[in-house]
Amino acid sequence: MKRNTSMGGRIRNWVAAAIVALSAAAPGVAASQTLLNVSYDPTRELYEAINAAFVADWKAKTGQTIRVNQAHGGSGAQARAVIDGLNADVVTLALAYDIDAIAARGLIPADWQKRLPNNSAPYTSTIVFLVKKGNPKGIKDWNDLVKAGVQVITPNPKTSGGARWNYLAAWAYASKQPGATEATTKTFVQSLFKNVPVLDTGARGSTVTFAQRGIGDVLLAWENEAFLAINEFGRDKFEIVVPSMSILAEPPIAIIDRNVDRKRTRAVAEGYLNFLYTPAAQAIIAANHYRPRFPEHAKPADVAQFPKVELVTIDGQFGGWAKAQSTHFADGGVFDQIYTPGGVR
Amino acid sequence: MLALRRPSVLPGFGPTLGFALLYLSLIVLIPLAALFFRSADLGFDGFLRVVSTPRALAAFRLTFGAALFAALVNAFFGLLLAWVLTRYRFPGRRIIDGLVDLPFALPTAVAGIALATLYAPNGWLGSLLDKVGIKVAYTPAGVFVALVFISLPFVVRTIQPVLQDLEPELEEASASLGANRWQTWRFVVFPVLLPALLTGFALAFARALGEYGSVIFIAGNLPGRSEIVPLLIFIQLEQYQYAAAAAIATVMLLASFVLLLLINLLQRWASKRHGE
Amino acid sequence: MTKTSSVMGPPPPALTTTTEPPAVRRALILGAVAFVALFLVMPLAVVLAEAFRRGVGAYFDAITEPYTLAAVGLTLTAAAIAVPLNVIFGLTAAWAIAKFEFAGKSLLITLIDLPFSVSPVIAGLIYVLMFGAQGWVGPWLIEHDFRIIFALPGIVLATVFVTFPFVARELIPLMQDQGTDEEEAATLLGASGWQTFFRVTLPNVKWALLYGVLLCNARAMGEFGAVAVVSGHIRGVTNTMPLHIEILYNEYKFAASFAVASLLALLALVTLVAKILLEWRYGDELAGVHRMPRGGKA
Repeated sequence: MKRNTSMGGRIRNWVAAAIVALSAAAPGVAASQTLLNVSYDPTRELYEAINAAFVADWKAKTGQTIRVNQAHGGSGAQARAVIDGLNADVVTLALAYDIDAIAARGLIPADWQKRLPNNSAPYTSTIVFLVKKGNPKGIKDWNDLVKAGVQVITPNPKTSGGARWNYLAAWAYASKQPGATEATTKTFVQSLFKNVPVLDTGARGSTVTFAQRGIGDVLLAWENEAFLAINEFGRDKFEIVVPSMSILAEPPIAIIDRNVDRKRTRAVAEGYLNFLYTPAAQAIIAANHYRPRFPEHAKPADVAQFPKVELVTIDGQFGGWAKAQSTHFADGGVFDQIYTPGGVR
Repeated sequence: MLALRRPSVLPGFGPTLGFALLYLSLIVLIPLAALFFRSADLGFDGFLRVVSTPRALAAFRLTFGAALFAALVNAFFGLLLAWVLTRYRFPGRRIIDGLVDLPFALPTAVAGIALATLYAPNGWLGSLLDKVGIKVAYTPAGVFVALVFISLPFVVRTIQPVLQDLEPELEEASASLGANRWQTWRFVVFPVLLPALLTGFALAFARALGEYGSVIFIAGNLPGRSEIVPLLIFIQLEQYQYAAAAAIATVMLLASFVLLLLINLLQRWASKRHGE
Repeated sequence: MTKTSSVMGPPPPALTTTTEPPAVRRALILGAVAFVALFLVMPLAVVLAEAFRRGVGAYFDAITEPYTLAAVGLTLTAAAIAVPLNVIFGLTAAWAIAKFEFAGKSLLITLIDLPFSVSPVIAGLIYVLMFGAQGWVGPWLIEHDFRIIFALPGIVLATVFVTFPFVARELIPLMQDQGTDEEEAATLLGASGWQTFFRVTLPNVKWALLYGVLLCNARAMGEFGAVAVVSGHIRGVTNTMPLHIEILYNEYKFAASFAVASLLALLALVTLVAKILLEWRYGDELAGVHRMPRGGKA
């Protein structure tokens, strides 16, 4: 089975060939090995740049011409696709919980997060606010979001990885207020979600709702998404507000062992993930508005864009993803209680 | 089944029915059976618990309510459109007739994005409606608008052929017996159209129940308020709860099946009654 | 054919005692046109207006971009496989159902209709439950390196499912209406089954068949939800046109996204024009049969 070109591979090659024939300009006609990186929504621009750099780097090092295909979608949906058999060599998702789900199905070992440096997260990000230019509602911090008359846009934490970070950051803020109890924290988050008029399924959907449709006063977004939105929609339209504290979001990466062993792509897949920690990649990461793990390799101007902000961690504040997930986002969890019909008008 | 068929001189019953059943089984029945068996993982109690959470019930209410309302609106305007298109001649008639099929061909996601663009507070229609205080996009009304769009062709296309076949003698007779135009329409034409209208209504309703792509772009997707059942299924999948997703899907599937079976029985009944 | 033409119905009645006063007529036409304008023309106008927002040059750049072409290629491939499959099914099912009487017919017709009302999300899900790595036959398939979902076969399957009833649904009521007299005569005169089918039945239903194919094709190319579940979204490999539209939209390339959408809208318009031309040429012969023909019995 391993000796032959696989049947599925052949079919896919036919399709690829047919498609290439249709589009003479399609890249990678002579690709000898193809990697599939299954990623979440906001990383499109990042990996477009990373892939080009890695392909050149790999060619220089080994002489092999390779090609990296990308698949983007909601982090949970992407993890599920891999679980259901999507032939990913590597996954680069929004949160560790989704890769844990892949590990739970035995595709990768349970201790996957220890296999690469920095919790297997070569870049980090955080959650910031995007507001209309001039900040007409005077939004400065999390407690401004629960005021009457402020509309908050965030995706649905059930379907969006970024939204889970949003939710947890709000929770962490509320729980650190003087005299905070479990009950006050819950009330805070509940009042915040009372101000949410639209729950999109993904981070990009929320950005479109806020920036393109003009709904809401503030968008809770990945820092990198907020920078990107400003670049796309114009500096004269939106500005970023950094709250007094936020959460350290670590989007992790992993090799899918079962797939790379079958496809015999382990070497290049490992090379790909290790490349993300190199100075060249760290510079690209900062240029795409993700916080690099090694800022000394990035352009100082890019590093300067990231404001200093107090960041809590998922492990420190919530006891890890598994616990956070079952407490807050599982069926019947805190998020569901917030949205019990009749509870929110 | 062979034993139950009426004899005929025509050949090919065995092979054609056999092929049709095989294909139907492979593409539709066996995969749907997979759905049933997966939802059975939950056990009966678990199944009931999943489909009767307040959130699921709210989603069922919204989906069935919006689909029903959309089908009613389409029944009215579909009847009007079919009438106008078959009975009157006016410039642009064929273009309108052709446009009726548009919702079949336009990808549902595109329809959703276009409708959201149109009805958002800064859109062409949304800005007008906003001035009079009506919000459509990102409310349950948005669900309704999307469902009207995607289920529009069904009523029109069901009534049109019946209207075309309607013999003018009936209406002439009614008129010559002294009925005014409204009476003729109400007591002669409408009863003939009724079975087709019901069929079109039920088809539109069934189609609207399952719609996903267009709705999520224009509904606010707030749990308990503007979250439709197909989205709930999708959310269950996101949480790796295959069995729960399959359970909710099974309820939807049974509802659709019963509805369609009723349509077909109605159809049989109508054509028999008509034939007598 | 005489029977057929009586089924198609007479041309619309002239202005006699059986029509409404002009004022009512105008009001009704106005109402219908307003409804169509609001619910059909406006969304279409939005698609076209957004597509050309950045100008004609940007429009053509968008639709000739390599990933877009790859998506077009995949969509055409999937439709080219799915539509003929459903045509073969539609013809055989219609022959069995329309030309013979047997028990369980209503049930069979209902099952054929079922994919119409199944949510696209469910349509995708059932194939994941069958062929996914956690599914019934998925583990075996993966062990032997067959790829069904997240590859072309899965996309074709999902497409076949959502367009399943279109051809059959066009043909069954028409062939039922036409009855079996002509086929019986041909058979009694010594024609073989194939001869009867190709020389008698097929010519009688060719326009309904064509219309069914057009609708089936349009729907096949436009399907979003079901394909989204089984595609895997691999850029340039398993992204169909509707999925690519969503990707472009999510990359804030709104004009490009609507440009690709306009291609599908254009396809819808081509379908409509083809239908209008057919009607023009064949008039009411076609008009009577090509509709969603459930109520078509007279």
